[in-house]
This record gives sequence, structure tokens and C-alpha cells, in this order.
Amino acid sequence: MAAPLVSIRGLSVDFDDGRRAARAVDGVDADIAAGEAVGLVGESGSGKSVTWLAALGLLPNRARVSGEVRIGGMNLIGAERRVLEGVRGKRIAMIFQDPSSCLNPVHRIGRQVTEALRLHRGMDGRAAEAEALRLFDQVGIADAKRRLSDYPHQLSGGLNQRVMIAIALAGQPELLIADEPTTALDATIQAQILLLLSRIRRETGMAMVLISHDLGVVAENVDRVCVMYAGRIVEQAPGEALFDTPHHPYTQGLLAALPTLTGPRRRLAAIPGSVPEPWNLPVGCRFAPRCPAAEERCRHEAPPRRVIAPAHQAACHFDVAGQSVWPAQEAAE
Amino acid sequence: MSSPLLEAIDIRRQYNVRTAGGVFGRKAVLQAVAGVSFRIDMGRTLGLVGESGCGKSTTGKLALGLIPPSSGEIRFVGSTLPAIGSAAWRDMRRRMQMVYQDPLGSLDRRLQVGPQIAEPLIIHDIGTPAERRERAYATMASVGLQKHHFERYPHELSGGQRQRVVLARALITEPKLIVCDEPISALDVSIQAQVVNLLLDLQDRLGLTYLFISHDLKVVRQVSHDVAVMYLGRIVETGQAEALFRAPAHPYTRALVSAIPSLGEKRERLILSGDPPNPVDVPAGCAFHPRCPFAIARCRSEAPALRRQPDGRAVACHRADDDAIALAA
Repeated sequence: MAAPLVSIRGLSVDFDDGRRAARAVDGVDADIAAGEAVGLVGESGSGKSVTWLAALGLLPNRARVSGEVRIGGMNLIGAERRVLEGVRGKRIAMIFQDPSSCLNPVHRIGRQVTEALRLHRGMDGRAAEAEALRLFDQVGIADAKRRLSDYPHQLSGGLNQRVMIAIALAGQPELLIADEPTTALDATIQAQILLLLSRIRRETGMAMVLISHDLGVVAENVDRVCVMYAGRIVEQAPGEALFDTPHHPYTQGLLAALPTLTGPRRRLAAIPGSVPEPWNLPVGCRFAPRCPAAEERCRHEAPPRRVIAPAHQAACHFDVAGQSVWPAQEAAE
Repeated sequence: MSSPLLEAIDIRRQYNVRTAGGVFGRKAVLQAVAGVSFRIDMGRTLGLVGESGCGKSTTGKLALGLIPPSSGEIRFVGSTLPAIGSAAWRDMRRRMQMVYQDPLGSLDRRLQVGPQIAEPLIIHDIGTPAERRERAYATMASVGLQKHHFERYPHELSGGQRQRVVLARALITEPKLIVCDEPISALDVSIQAQVVNLLLDLQDRLGLTYLFISHDLKVVRQVSHDVAVMYLGRIVETGQAEALFRAPAHPYTRALVSAIPSLGEKRERLILSGDPPNPVDVPAGCAFHPRCPFAIARCRSEAPALRRQPDGRAVACHRADDDAIALAA
């Protein structure tokens, strides 16, 4: 395999507000190859967004970040502002859940796109406007010319997310971090935006990290999936392998907890308990208190990363060989 | 056929608004709910689905008599809902309760959860303080909370536990009907399953009737016997949950179902263009026609009525029994 586009090693993030210390991300290793689509799933507080905010130096000062995030030989952690600015928005762009809070409400959207073009590609005047029109076209905004002079509040949530994607594309990034890009949108609009993202990736060869809590969204849109729990990656695998033969009890539990739209209705297998608070993490395996297969060792010793197949790893003491550790649920009704 | 617990007969609710432009905007009428009828039998669940702004939450509030309908009628156990604020209305409200999406937002942060669970008993003047406390303990146990949770504050509980508190508070007056408005949307996946299972167990045990409002089709299928799909204030399709999701008949339902990302097989997608129209400015004819890939001239001029199909389903579409459409599925 060629050298990865972005390589993360031992990334940890601590928040300390003086009263209590919380470890939000704990020793994350991950590689993103050029042109690859990787899904990052986990529940709220699992550290999936913080991982990438830390990588791009977007966290407030009270966050202590350690480890390495390399792109093209440069380490972004602790890098100077000048270095970071050459990467942020240019080589790695990021879009967020709520587009309307990311756009400036008092500037016309055209100006916000041309601003990104000036910043990242040094374009001005006519050239910038022409390029903005092309970007609007690329992200499927109809009647682009007139839309350039609209304000964010005049657009729907779906259109605003298209504007955000246009701004992200302005720097011609090699990697797009899409942090819950469709969570705030309605189902039919979500389908439009996901289709748009996959079309853009086909056209530009851009890599993407899709951060989502929705396993369905991830399953349909990425090649490889990383599952995070309480600040650690507990399993990573190619999409199909992960959904067909999940090896980590947490992944198995998440899949069993999902209702489906087809097939017989079963009682859902709920994972007992709740996600631990980041200032009160269990020692050993962090999933042990909720895991039906946990033994004494799990409560003391952090599990090693077990290689199951090439590109498939799970952090569990036991090799469950794809057998679910959760009790089988009989069909309801 | 059993008698309906709750029945809505052609209910409408409109709001007078101004179009964009602040005080310069012109006056307009927003039809949040534009003629909705449904019935829910005792012990059953009706799922109400649709995208934001389709009027599903307003329908829920109308069903509980929290807001009066502009026209139409809500019947609860056979009789019309009494006027809001009257003694009869207060008495009836004891038997119908609401559970909202955001548990933290529906709890008072400065009060321990126990007294909040018992509060409806004080409002309805039921029991002595000691009896109320006993009943709060019993209700907490039935939703899987422990005695020691009584003295906790909302912020000391997890999201799933808070939603259990909200449920306990709704259940303490022993209601017949619970309107759940996106009750699990704010919860994490692993917690959602806990709450869904709890809702089903409670229905089994107490014979509860639910109006379950959600945008999440998978969850709706999991909990509902029947489903009604709303678009711009109207029901466009309604029927038995299993059948409706297996073979949706209305083009909008079909788009909604096909938009759900799935873990399993890749399905053919029906992706709609454009956004839902502004509810102030509903298109003439069928409200869905500008986004409908199957629209014909008739759809632009004539609003389709909700018609009963041979399989018991009701669909509001001029082309519902058109073979060409069925083939395109």
C-alpha cells in the first residue's frame, strides 16, 4: 500500500478545567489513504469529532493534545499557525452538522465562497466569481447566479449545506472531513446530500472521513469503518466485514440495537447501562462494565489490538470469531 | 371492531403569519394541519411520520387538546374534547399525557426528579403526600429506575435515565393515551433500543395507547401497528405498518422509505429533487406534485383525496393504482 495521505499516531486529547481532568481521545491510530472514504462511528462523547478537531488544531487552548498527525511529512500537532493555515481548508477541509451556524448570517453567500477562494487560491474579482458559480453548479445549486447574492437565512437547510460543501471545495482539498453532515437534515434531503458527496468524490478523487452516529449512513457511503467508544477505536474494518462479521462486542451490540425497515420485527437487543463519562473512565477495557462477555482481565487490562484479517482489527481480549456475545433475540409477534 | 380510544375527524389548524420581510411582509395563512382524520384503537400504536414542518407535532398537540383545532373534532373515548381550561378538560388531561424529545428540556433542573415525577398527582389532587411518594416509587420501578434516583437532579442522570423520568411522570396519573413526540431522537443508539423496548413493555403491561410521532421510519416500524405519513399538513398514505413499509404506494412514502440508509442490500433509490415547499405557499393540486417524478397534468390542478385501497390502505394519489407507477418501483 502506498504511503497514506494522512497518518494519525497515538493521538490523545485531555481536557482539564482545573476541577477534573477528562480524556476525550485516548491513543488513536488511523491512516487515511488518498481517495479513500472512511467512516468514523460512535455515540455522543466517543471522541469522534474531537479527534479531527484536534488534528486540525481547532480545539480551544485548554485542550492538551499529544501524538502525531502527519500529512505529507508534516506533523500538524504543535505546528505553527502558518503551517496549519496552509493545511486547513486547503489540503483538509471540514464541514459540520449545522450549516446555518457555520455561515455568517450578515454576509451574502457569494461573498463567503469568494472569500474562501481568495484565501486558499488567491483568486479575486471576476475570476473568483466565475469559480464560485462553477462551484455552486458542482454542488447542485440551481439558479446559481441569483443565489450568490442571497443571505443564509433565505436558503433551506439542505441548500445551506450545499453552500458549506462549495466553500469546503474552494480550496480543492485532498481530504474532506464531514462531521455529521446530514444529521440536521430531513430524510429526503439527507439522501440528496449523500449522493452529492459521493458524486464529488468520484469527480475529484478527494478522500473523505464521514463522521456519523448513523451506521446506515456510514455503511452506504464509505469503504472502511472505524468504531469509536469512550475515546478509543475499538474496531476497524472494511465496511462489509464490519457489518457482516463484527468482532468487537460493542460493534455487535450497536448493530443488534438497530431497528430495521425490512425483515421480521424482533425485540431490539439493548446495550445495558450508558456511555461512561470522560472524567470517570473505567480502567482496563472501557466497554467492560456493559459487556456480557467481560471477565476479570477486562476490568484491569486494556485489550490489545487483535488483527482478524488484513485491514480488520478489534481491540478485545477475546477472539469471538464473529460470533455475537449478545443473547439471540427471538422474533416478536 | 373495537371502539376507538382517540379519533380525529377532519381536524385543521391554521396560523396567521406574515411572509418574510418583517413588518413589510404580507399577511398569510399557514395551514399547519389541513384536514387530518385518523383513529387509534385501545392498546394500539399509530406512528405519525413526515419531515420537519409537515404538521406532525401540531397534530399531536391537537390530539391532546393542548391547542384547539381551527375546525374539525377530536374524540376521546367517544366524546368530544371539552373546552381547554375547563374542569372537564383538566380531568381528561389526566388520562392523556405527552412525552417530548428533549428530556432535559422537559425537566426542571433545580428540582430533584422524584418530586417532579409525583407533581402530576398534586396537580390533579390525588392522594396524600405519603401515598404520592409511594406511587412515585412504584412508577419509577416500572420504568426501570431505582429508589435512590428519587433524590437525584436531572443533570446527575444519563440521557436514557432522564427519558425514563419523563416517562414515569407521564405514567403516574395512569393515562390511557400517551403522545410521544420524537421520544428517542435525542438519545444515543444504544440507549434508543432501551427506551423503545421499555415503551413496548409498558404497552403490553398497562394496555397503553400511543400516538408515536417520529421522523425515524425504522423506529416507527418497530413500535407501530399502523402508520400515517404526512406531507404539508395532510396524510398522504396510511395503513398497517408492515405492509406500508414493505410496499409503499404513495410516491412520497416511496421516496421516504428509499432514503433510509440501510446496512443490508443496496436498494434502488428514489431521490427527490428540491426541498419541501413553504407551508404558507402550498402548491395547487397535489401538494407533492412539484417534487413528484410521476406527476401528470391532473396532479397540478386537482388535489387527490385519501382513498381506501383493496388492501385496506388509504392513499392520496391520482396515480396510486396506475400500473406504470407500480412497475417503476
